[in-house]
Amino acid sequence: MLVHLINGISLGSIYAIIALGYTMVYGIAKMLNFAHGDVIMIGGYVAFFALTSDKLNLPAPVAVLLAIIVCTILGITIERLAYKPLRAATSLAVLITAIGMSYFLQNSALLLWGANPKAFPDMFKNAEAIELFGAKISPVALVAIFANIVIMIILTLFTTRTKMGKAMRAVSEDKGAATLMGINVNFTISLTFAIGSGLAAIAGVLLCSAYPTLMPTTGSLPGIKAFTAAVFGGIGSIPGAMIGGILLGVIEILARAYISSELADAIVFGVLIVVLIFRPTGLLGKQIHEKV
Amino acid sequence: MKIFEKASVASRKAFLNYGIVLVFFIVFQTLVSTGNISSALKGQLIPIACYMIMAVSLNLVVGISGELSLGHAGFMSVGAFTAVIVSSSMAGSSDMSSLIVSIIVAAVIAAIAGFLIGIPVLRLNGDYLAIVTLAFGEIIKNILNCLYVGIDEKGVHFAFNNPAALAMSATGKVIINGPMGAVGIRKISTFTAAVILLLIILVIIQNLVNSRTGRAIMAIRDNRIAAESMGLSPMKYKMLAFTVSAAMAGAAGAVYALNYSTLVPKKFDFNTSILVLVFVVLGGIGNMTGSIIAAGVLVVLPELLRKFSDYRMLVYAIVLILVMLVTNNEKLKGKIDTFFKKLRMKLSKGGRK
Amino acid sequence: MKKKLLSLILTGAMVMAMAGCGNSGATGSTGNTGNAGTTATATGDGALTGTLKLGVIGPLTGGAAIYGNAVVNGAQIAVDEINALGGGFQIELQAQDDEHDAEKSVNAYHQLQDWGVQAIAGTVTTTPCIAVSAEANSDRVFMLTPSASATTVTEGKDNVFQLCFADPNQGSASAQYIFDNKLATKVAIIYNNADAYSTGIYQTFKAKAEELGLEIVSETTFTDDTTDFSVQVGDAQSNGADLVFLPIYYTPASLILKQADSIGYEPKFFGVDGMDGILTIEGFDTSLAEGVMLLTPFSADATDDLTKNFVEKFTEKFGEVPSQFAADGYDCAYAIKAALEFYAAKNGGLDVTDLSAEELCEILISVFTDADFSADGVTGLGMVWDTNGQVNKEPKAVVIKDGVYVGM
Repeated sequence: MLVHLINGISLGSIYAIIALGYTMVYGIAKMLNFAHGDVIMIGGYVAFFALTSDKLNLPAPVAVLLAIIVCTILGITIERLAYKPLRAATSLAVLITAIGMSYFLQNSALLLWGANPKAFPDMFKNAEAIELFGAKISPVALVAIFANIVIMIILTLFTTRTKMGKAMRAVSEDKGAATLMGINVNFTISLTFAIGSGLAAIAGVLLCSAYPTLMPTTGSLPGIKAFTAAVFGGIGSIPGAMIGGILLGVIEILARAYISSELADAIVFGVLIVVLIFRPTGLLGKQIHEKV
Repeated sequence: MKIFEKASVASRKAFLNYGIVLVFFIVFQTLVSTGNISSALKGQLIPIACYMIMAVSLNLVVGISGELSLGHAGFMSVGAFTAVIVSSSMAGSSDMSSLIVSIIVAAVIAAIAGFLIGIPVLRLNGDYLAIVTLAFGEIIKNILNCLYVGIDEKGVHFAFNNPAALAMSATGKVIINGPMGAVGIRKISTFTAAVILLLIILVIIQNLVNSRTGRAIMAIRDNRIAAESMGLSPMKYKMLAFTVSAAMAGAAGAVYALNYSTLVPKKFDFNTSILVLVFVVLGGIGNMTGSIIAAGVLVVLPELLRKFSDYRMLVYAIVLILVMLVTNNEKLKGKIDTFFKKLRMKLSKGGRK
Repeated sequence: MKKKLLSLILTGAMVMAMAGCGNSGATGSTGNTGNAGTTATATGDGALTGTLKLGVIGPLTGGAAIYGNAVVNGAQIAVDEINALGGGFQIELQAQDDEHDAEKSVNAYHQLQDWGVQAIAGTVTTTPCIAVSAEANSDRVFMLTPSASATTVTEGKDNVFQLCFADPNQGSASAQYIFDNKLATKVAIIYNNADAYSTGIYQTFKAKAEELGLEIVSETTFTDDTTDFSVQVGDAQSNGADLVFLPIYYTPASLILKQADSIGYEPKFFGVDGMDGILTIEGFDTSLAEGVMLLTPFSADATDDLTKNFVEKFTEKFGEVPSQFAADGYDCAYAIKAALEFYAAKNGGLDVTDLSAEELCEILISVFTDADFSADGVTGLGMVWDTNGQVNKEPKAVVIKDGVYVGM
C-alpha cells in the first residue's frame, strides 16, 4: 500500500509539473495548449542526446539545463508563430491550431529521430533503492517529488513577490486593464510560455527517467492526463495544479493496483467528472458569478 | 413576409446540402459502376460518408448548441460495437435487413448513452464541459476495452473484464474480445446505404434547426440568461441537441463498423474525436455544407499525400496550422482578400483585351 | 525424405545465391501436382523470370512504427539481393503506411492495388492484418504476413499465410522449457491484454503450466499505452515469484527490467520472440538484461552464413542490428521467391510479369500448401506450412550473457 502511495505521489508530481504548464498558459492566454505534451517529448530527446552522444556526453545537470533552454526557445517560437496571430480569434480556432502544432512536433520528431524507442539513460545509477518502512522506493520517485515541491515554492514566490509575476497575474485577471497600467501584455504572455515550456523540459527528463522509453508519442498521453489534472485542481490555479496532479497520480496507481489496470484511466476520468459535478470549476478554481 | 423570406433562405441552404450529397453519390456511383475509379478511392467511399455524418452531427452540438465536445468518437464506438453485436446475432437474416436493424439499434443505444452522459456534462460550461466530454470519450473506450461478448446457440453472452466469465458452449464464437476488439464482422455496409443515411440525417438536422426547437437551442447558445428569462429550459434543449447528435454518431459508427471485418475500441480514441472536430471547425462552425465538404476533403487528403511518404503527416499538420492562421487572422485574411481582388481585376482586364 | 532433400537443395541454392555466385533459381522435385488450373506462361526451361510487384503494408509512422519499418527494411535487403542476382527475375517493392489502424490499412491495401500489386508481404500488425486479409480474401490476393501471429489472421482464409509462429506454439513451448529445466517454482506473468500476440501466448502458457503443475503466483496485465509498471512488478515481487514470464515485445520488457532493477527485485526473466531486439534499443543499459532467457526463431548473433550475411548487410545499410521483425520481412520476400521458383521448376518455367494478382494467388496457395514445399531463411530452416496457413519451425532458447545471446 505504502509503495503504491509513494509511486502514485511520484507519478503525480510529474503530472503536476506538466499541469503547471497547462494551467499557467490557460490562466493567461485562455487557451488549451495541446502541443504542451509534445514539448515534453522534445525536452526528453534533447536531454537524451546531450547525455548519450559521444561528442557531447554532458553531465546530467548540464543536459537538463540544455533541455530547459531548448524547450524555452521552442515554446516562445511556437507562441510567436502560431498562437500570437490568433489572439483575437475564437478559442476553438486556437485549439485546432494547437492540435496542428502537436501533430507537427510529433511528426518532426519522427522524421528527425526515427520511430525506434530510445532507452533513456539512468541518471541516478549510483543511487540505491531506498528502503522506507519495509518498502523499496526508486530514487527517481523521490527526485520527482522533491523537484515538484521546489518548483511549486519558486513559482508561488515568483507570482506573488516579483514584479513580473504580479504582471502575469494582472494580465490573467484583465488584459485590457493590465495594458492600461503599462504592462506589456505580449511580453508577459511570451514569458508565461517560456516558463511553461521550461517546466515541460524538466517534466520530460523526470518522465523519461522514471519510465525510460522515449518515442515521438511519449508526451501525448501524459499530456492529456496532466491537462485533466489541471482541470481537476481548477485550471488557472498553481496550487490547484499541484493538488490535481498528485491526486490524479495516486488515484491512477491505486486503481491499477487494487481494481484493474484496464479500468485505471476510466476511474481517473470518473473521479474528475464527479469532482466537476460538485465543484464545476475544479477543486481550487475560482467560482465565476454570472452577470446579467 | 419576413418569416417567409427567412424560410426560403433556409430551405435553399438545405437543398444545397442535399444537392451536394446527391451529386457526390451520383458521380461516385457512376464511377464505381463503370469501373473508372481507383480502388483507393472506392475503398474510402463508405468511411467518407461516415465521417460526413460524424461531422454534421458534431456540428449540431458545437455549432448549433454551442458546446465544445471532445468525446464525439465515444458515441461512434458505442454505435459501432452495438452494430457488431446486433449484426452477429442476426446471422440468418438478409444483409439489408441486418444493416437497417443494426443502424437503428446502434442509434438508440448511442442516444441512451448520450442522454446519460448529457446529465452531468451539460451542467458545466465552456472548457470544463469540453474536458468532461473528453473524459467520457476515454471512459467509453476503457469500458469497451473490458467488454467481452460471445454468441452461441443459447444467445448472446456478456462478460466484463474477464473473458472466462463468458461461459460459452463448445460451438460458441467470441465476437468482441476485450481490447483486441471484434473480429469476423459481417461486411454488409454499402455506399448507397451510407449516403441514404447521410441524407436522412441532413433532413433531420435541417428541420430541427429551422423549427421552433432549433431556434430555442440557438437562442440559448447566443444568450442563455435572456433565453432562460423567456421561459426556455437550457438543460432540456441542450440535452435534446446532445442526444440527437449522439444518436447520429452511433448510426455513423454502425455503418463504419460493418464496413470492416475487424474493429478495436482504441480506434475511437481522443484523436478520432479531434479529427471530426477539425472537420467541423475547418468547414465552418454551424455550417453543415462546410462540414460535409471539409470531411470529404480531409479524409482523402492524407491518402493523396501518400507519395510524400514520411512527410505526409507533417504536411497535413502544416496545412492545418496555415489554414487556421489564414482564416482566423484579420491581417492575413485582409492581405489574401486584396490579393485575390487584384488577381480577379487583372484577370478580368486580361479577359477584356 | 523428399522434403529434406528439397530443403537441402533450396538451402544450397540460397546460400550460393547470396554468396554472389549468380546462380539463380531453386530446384524443385519432379512431379506434376500443384497446377491449380491457372494460365501461367511457361518458358519451358523451368526458370523463373519477370518482375513481381510485391507490396508491404505496415505501420511506418505512429506508435508501432518500429515494427513496420523493421519489416520494410528487412524486405528491402532481400529484394536488393534478389535484384542484384540478375537472371531475369526481379522484385519491385512498395511499402505503404497503415499507422497500425485497420481503416488506414485497408486504404493502404487499395493504394497497392492501384499500383498493380501482385502479392503482399503483410500486414505487419495483427488488427490491421485481419481487416486487410478479409479484403484480400475476397479479391484473391496472396498474403504472407511476416509478423501478425494471431490465429484469427489465417482462420478461414485460404490465401493468408504466416511466416512467424502462431501464438499457441510459443506459450506451450516456453512452459515446457521452464518445467524441463526446473527454472522456477513460482512463476509470475506480465502480459499485454490489448495485444492478440501477447494474450495468445499467455493463454497457452497458462494452460500448459497448469497441466505440468507449475505454480503461477501472479498474473498482471497492461495495455499499449502503459509506461508505469510499478504495480505489475511489485505484485510479482510481493508474491515471491522467482521467474517472471514476459510474453511481450521488447519495449515494455525494457521498462519492466528497469522497474525491477530500481526496486532491487532480481528474479529470472523468460521471454518469447518479441523480446528479441531488447539489446538494440538505443541507450538501453544491457546489464539490466543480463540473464534474461528467451525462445526465439531468430537471433542476430547466430553464426550461420544466412544470418551473418543478413545482419552484415542490414547493419551496413540501416545502421542498426536487425530485429526479429526485420528478419521476418527478409524471409517473406525469399519465401515468396522460393515458392515461385518451386512452381516454375515443376511447370516448365514461369514469367510473373503479366500474371494478375488472382492468378498468382492460386499459384502461391498451391505451392504453400504443397507438402513438398519448404523454405529456408534467417528465422528458420525448412519452414513448412499447413493448410491453415500456419508455419512450422523450431524456436531456439537463448540466454543473454555479457550483452550477447548465448545458446542454451
